[in-house]
Amino acid sequence: MTAGTVVIGDGPRATEARLLVGAVLITSAAGVLLGWSSSSELPPAALVTGLALAAIATVAHLTVRVTAPDADPILLPITFLLNGLGLVFVQRVDMATGSELAAAQAVWTAVSVGAFCALLLFLREVRVLARLQYTFGLLTIVLLLAPLIPGLTAGVINGAQLWIDVFGLRFQPGEIAKLTMVVFLAAYLERNRALLSVATQRIGPVLLPAPRHLAPLLVATGAALVIMAGLRDLGSALLFFGAFLAMLYVATGRLAYPALGVVAFSIGATVAYQLFGHVRVRVSIWLDPWADVTGSAYQLAQSLFALATGGLTGTGLGFGRPQDIPFSATDAIFVVIGEELGLLGSTAILLLYLTIAMRGLKIAQTARDEFSTLLATGLTVFIAFQTFVIIGGLTRLVPLTGITLPFVSYGGSSLLSNYLLIALLLRISDESRAAVLGRSTQQGSGGPRA
Amino acid sequence: MNRQIGRIGAVVLVLFGALFVNLNVITLLQADELANHTANRRVIIREYAIERGPIVVGEEAIARSVPTEGGQYRYLRTYPEPELYAHLTGYYSIVLQRSGLERALNEELTGRTTEVVAQNLGEFLGGAQRPGNAVELTIDRRAQEAARDALAGREGAVVAIDPTTGAVLASYANPTFDPNPLSSHDAREINEAWAPLRNDPNRPLVDRATGELYPPGSAFKVIVAAATLEAGDDPSRTFPNEATFDVPQTTQDISNAGGVRCGEGDEVTLQTGFRRSCNTVFARLGLELGDDVLAAQAEAFGFNRTPPLELPVAASRIPLEQDVPATAQSAIGQRDVQASVLHMAMVAATVANGGQLLRPHLVQTVRGPDGAILRGPDIGRWEEPPGDGRPVSPRTAQQLRSMMIDAVTGPGATGGSAAIDGVEVGGKTGTAQTAPGAGPVAWFIGFAGDEVAVAVAVPDADGGGGVIAAPIARAVMAATIRD
Repeated sequence: MTAGTVVIGDGPRATEARLLVGAVLITSAAGVLLGWSSSSELPPAALVTGLALAAIATVAHLTVRVTAPDADPILLPITFLLNGLGLVFVQRVDMATGSELAAAQAVWTAVSVGAFCALLLFLREVRVLARLQYTFGLLTIVLLLAPLIPGLTAGVINGAQLWIDVFGLRFQPGEIAKLTMVVFLAAYLERNRALLSVATQRIGPVLLPAPRHLAPLLVATGAALVIMAGLRDLGSALLFFGAFLAMLYVATGRLAYPALGVVAFSIGATVAYQLFGHVRVRVSIWLDPWADVTGSAYQLAQSLFALATGGLTGTGLGFGRPQDIPFSATDAIFVVIGEELGLLGSTAILLLYLTIAMRGLKIAQTARDEFSTLLATGLTVFIAFQTFVIIGGLTRLVPLTGITLPFVSYGGSSLLSNYLLIALLLRISDESRAAVLGRSTQQGSGGPRA
Repeated sequence: MNRQIGRIGAVVLVLFGALFVNLNVITLLQADELANHTANRRVIIREYAIERGPIVVGEEAIARSVPTEGGQYRYLRTYPEPELYAHLTGYYSIVLQRSGLERALNEELTGRTTEVVAQNLGEFLGGAQRPGNAVELTIDRRAQEAARDALAGREGAVVAIDPTTGAVLASYANPTFDPNPLSSHDAREINEAWAPLRNDPNRPLVDRATGELYPPGSAFKVIVAAATLEAGDDPSRTFPNEATFDVPQTTQDISNAGGVRCGEGDEVTLQTGFRRSCNTVFARLGLELGDDVLAAQAEAFGFNRTPPLELPVAASRIPLEQDVPATAQSAIGQRDVQASVLHMAMVAATVANGGQLLRPHLVQTVRGPDGAILRGPDIGRWEEPPGDGRPVSPRTAQQLRSMMIDAVTGPGATGGSAAIDGVEVGGKTGTAQTAPGAGPVAWFIGFAGDEVAVAVAVPDADGGGGVIAAPIARAVMAATIRD
């Protein structure tokens, strides 16, 4: 036994601890390199930042160790690494543009990790959520509508009305709505799974269940989509819809649902194209970004330039030009990374997300009940799809819509909701492994059970 | 449910695979295209952060980079004698990109051709840039200034070449422009200077020394004479002396200037016809040789090819197939025959140096920031097929040389005003008709000893080549040889 194993022990939590040390070291090293890019002296703040990160990681790890000792060991370190790199690159954007976002993002990191710990502490059994399905359904609608409420709303920002101001803090309640929505869907689908799987109605070649079983689902989802379209947040609408279809497919095992979903999406997209001028603009930019390089396609063109400039190995931390890219701290942070860390760096980021997705789906497969399976599926698909839509948008694979890159983009609401999402996945994975190992999850707040 | 989740996993894998492939395409396959896109300022900003090397004539920089205070571009490109060298240096602009040597020698001037190895760890980590290389030109300041002064504001161009090396000693064209405002860091200033230049009917942005083609007129008779001498004739060969040559298959006959006969007597020699620039002799000779031989001799001199100068040059033109009337017109340098001033100077240099068509070049040396010579001049014959850099034999070159000296110094010579006391000057005038109503293109191509070859073209002139162009050529040659 080495000294290291004496301190951190064995098993999944030991793996997590080692990986967390790596994540903190990588992030700190990146911070130091960034400091060096602008001055040859080691920035004193780098040490403080590194220690603060280590402290936050320790708190998160100890909380998991106590409250979810059998949880997946990979998710938290990956989350932490993405979050840490996000902090470094938000700081990088600050240096380039003169903005001051990094401090706020650091505070949001602490708040989010706090919320992550609190959720693990207080939610000892994920099934509790299933009992509150309609509460969550209603909550979803309320959260989505909140930005429209006078007195709360922060008004239209960048063409969309998605924010509220609470006690001077700007928050995007739609980010939390994605969690409540997935919880609602998971609970509803678990309860009505059998009914939805039995096809009694035939529409053309497609067999569908009776409308009364499908209706509540369609109403809730449709309402969410309509609200988001109304708020001009089509990117999020797409994510909700994708998660919805994936969960419906998993619950019923019927390909007809996603197939119909694609048809519905095509119709919806066509309607949106006809209705919304900004959708038409987005599509025309996607088809030919070079037609209006200095105007509407500016962000996409600058994103492609940044990635091309980065090449294989990147310009190096601190040597790119984030100031040329609109929304470089939020929507476009991936191309800032791609420019400075190159194809190697951006591929590494992709692999981190892919790992989250694969671990998440594995957790869904091994979850101990159907609610947990559906919940884990929905959460994982949400985060994977979100990553795909924003990176694909920035690289002209799909039309660009402004959404955040989970954990990396600047933005407190997004960070908070994604940390909560990871907490839920950890909770589900802890329950299933504890069940396999024959432990009770009702045991409450013991220390690590050896 | 696990099977469905597995399928969703497969879909996620496909989506991420697509992202990965797409990233590779952008960062590796399309990288150059995107990096050089006109809307991409990254490359130019990085370039402006380097102290770009100077372009040097003699000991003085005619283009240099000076540090600026503030702003996102660290160095400003300035041209101390803008109009004198504008067509050579070109401009260096954040809006218009680059032109002239700034464009052609960009790699040398930014230092990208040399091994950019960090000198120490600090430079490596800090990304400090070494300054670019200095480019020293072959241009002779006095010849360049003489060209400007002798043209005296007239539209036209002068090119002087060292016949022994192909080095360009002067290349000046009117009208010219000021590259300084175009190289400003202020986009509005650039656009305000650019619009009038672009819309100017006098086209000051066109370098008439290299980028414009003119009918060479009688200056082309050097090449027609070369063809017949190569075929074995001597300068003493005789032709009928007539005022007008009846060109077959057309009513458009060819007359001598002023409608007079070619001097005294019933017969006239090739040399006399050349000295007096008699169209009747050369139209008859051109038909006798035929379109194939004419075109072949012209191509041996570099027609229908682009001279390998550092700057873009328009290729001189002669049709490969011509009917009889067109052939007769071509033989006196009219109709479809067109040549650049630079190229005609190369033709004169070939006669002066004994028959070798040399590669024209502007770069004398490229020096690193430490003063070390990285590259010397590119001296050699222009051997690009179908030419071999030897358009005529040494014997023909010698005969042509004598004929050209005779055309400056002989009795009734058209090029008399190019003569310089105590120097062996040879040459050939040309007065090419262009559009009706416009004045002719006044030409002179020639040489002084083996020190300098020169070509002058003045379009829309109020006189012939002997009156307008020959004195300009004389001034430039005199400035060059008074070392």
